[in-house]
Amino acid sequence: MRKRAIIDKIFTITSIIAIAIILLPLAHIVIMVIRNGAEAISIKFFIETPKPAGVPGGGIANAIEGSIVLVTLTMGLSFPIGLAVGIYLAEYGRGKYAEILRTLVNALSGLPSIVAGLMAYTLIVLHFGFSAIAGTFALSILAIPYIIRTSEEAIRGVPNDIREAGLALGIPRWKVTLHIVLGAAKGRILMGALLAMARVFGEAAPLLFTAFGNPHHVTSIFDPVDALPLLIFRYALSPYPDWHLKAWGAALLLMIIVLTINLAVRALVKGKYAIKF
Amino acid sequence: MLRKIRGDDLFRYYLLSVSVLVLFVIILVFLELFSNSLLALRIFGIKFFIRNIWDPIKREFSALPFIFGTFYTASLALIVSYMISVLVAYALTEIVPRWIAEYISALVDLIAAIPSVVIGLWGIFYLIPLIRDVIYPALKPLSFIPLFSGATYGFSYLAATLVLIFMITPIQVSIFREAFLSVPRDLKDALYALGATRYEVARHVVIPYSRRAMMAGVILAYGRALGETLAVTMVIGNKPNITLSLLSPGYTLASVIANEFLEATDPLYSSSLIALGLVLMIISLIVNIVGYIIIRRAQR
Repeated sequence: MRKRAIIDKIFTITSIIAIAIILLPLAHIVIMVIRNGAEAISIKFFIETPKPAGVPGGGIANAIEGSIVLVTLTMGLSFPIGLAVGIYLAEYGRGKYAEILRTLVNALSGLPSIVAGLMAYTLIVLHFGFSAIAGTFALSILAIPYIIRTSEEAIRGVPNDIREAGLALGIPRWKVTLHIVLGAAKGRILMGALLAMARVFGEAAPLLFTAFGNPHHVTSIFDPVDALPLLIFRYALSPYPDWHLKAWGAALLLMIIVLTINLAVRALVKGKYAIKF
Repeated sequence: MLRKIRGDDLFRYYLLSVSVLVLFVIILVFLELFSNSLLALRIFGIKFFIRNIWDPIKREFSALPFIFGTFYTASLALIVSYMISVLVAYALTEIVPRWIAEYISALVDLIAAIPSVVIGLWGIFYLIPLIRDVIYPALKPLSFIPLFSGATYGFSYLAATLVLIFMITPIQVSIFREAFLSVPRDLKDALYALGATRYEVARHVVIPYSRRAMMAGVILAYGRALGETLAVTMVIGNKPNITLSLLSPGYTLASVIANEFLEATDPLYSSSLIALGLVLMIISLIVNIVGYIIIRRAQR
């Protein structure tokens, strides 16, 4: 009897310790990003482009603009495609072809991000060179399966009664799907897209040999562009203390963007529409 | 009537054609990756997978040290992370009061949202010094164990494994927690009524009951660990190295591609790296498809 109680106590205590083990690094990362990042941030940080390697000063405007361009293009490409395939799988997705597509999409949603970069490299960069377009393609390989999955789940979650009510009124099926079913699933589809966007903001691996990086302001989507995560990666591995500081500043900016999106989604969810990952 | 049918068909064909396009691009991309790795695969043949060499100057390449590093770090991370996750998920369902548990699990989910490159940045400036100056001296008395033999600069399999543990634990915690919450109250109460402790209920009811769903979480986490790129690249030391010593620098499939692909101007070199990407992709597809099948079975 004694022994059982002791084992139970040990179990309870180790569980609490396990929570601490996983939350401590989180706290440390957040604090360090804020502390080091705050030091880097100034007006110049947002509006100037980098000085030559090793020269202090300058900013990361190139990466901020690049990130905005890449994320906008990626969402512009991925959302319509992902949503269309999601509707197809949810509303018409029976039979063998749909099952193959569904399995592939699920498999691809766990694709290592660096492989997405290689794919975009072999398909686009080899023929057209480094560009924001190539970066967009690489990011879309990651975003599309995710959007397909979340929108399929959102649409499946709409009760059948609603569809039947619409059809019973004589509304054609495509209008029922577009106006009624999508209307009901809108919130959850949007959340899926937002989470995909947060992920796209933070991805650097697919951009290494597609968007490539560029120390100047963005002028054309057919040229290489920089991005926040890409800049963090390069600067963190550089030997210059000033660049290390800039990397922390960029990390702070990136964390603010990504966490704001995630918290916004979390606030929208409130358990009611909880999206499964 | 006729117009309605036409609208329906049009909509359906539009959706179908987008789906076919996506499928087509997926296949195209696979083929393209395959054709670009053919050069290396043809020259080295089976030796590409069984030799232990990576020498860009002598133009000798193989996948073995990277496959080793990938599975070594991911497997170690999975084992440790599994133990932590079971404890955390159980604490969050049974031990900690509900409202605190909600906050804690929100925080744990937040970990999954941190960009990989930010974790890598933190790893370089805080984790590496910690390993070099604190953990390594502390482990010195244990250096007779192969796992802890040798000296370290901090950049090591250990650093990569720690980063991976941190990154895959949230995936497992959230799936485990959901599984634990779905265990019927009656089953647990029956055992509590017999005088069982919380530990016994966990061991004999909650965990066996959730086994299938937990398996899915484990596989998803494993897939993530195998493919994680930047955080690992930034702390692993980037040296092909087949050794059990956690303190030695190493390499993984994803990190060698991230690190060397831009330098690879020699066609054989870049083709070898693309072949490594193909290997990584096949590994991750297998892991994910197995995971997907398990999830579907669990749902039925």
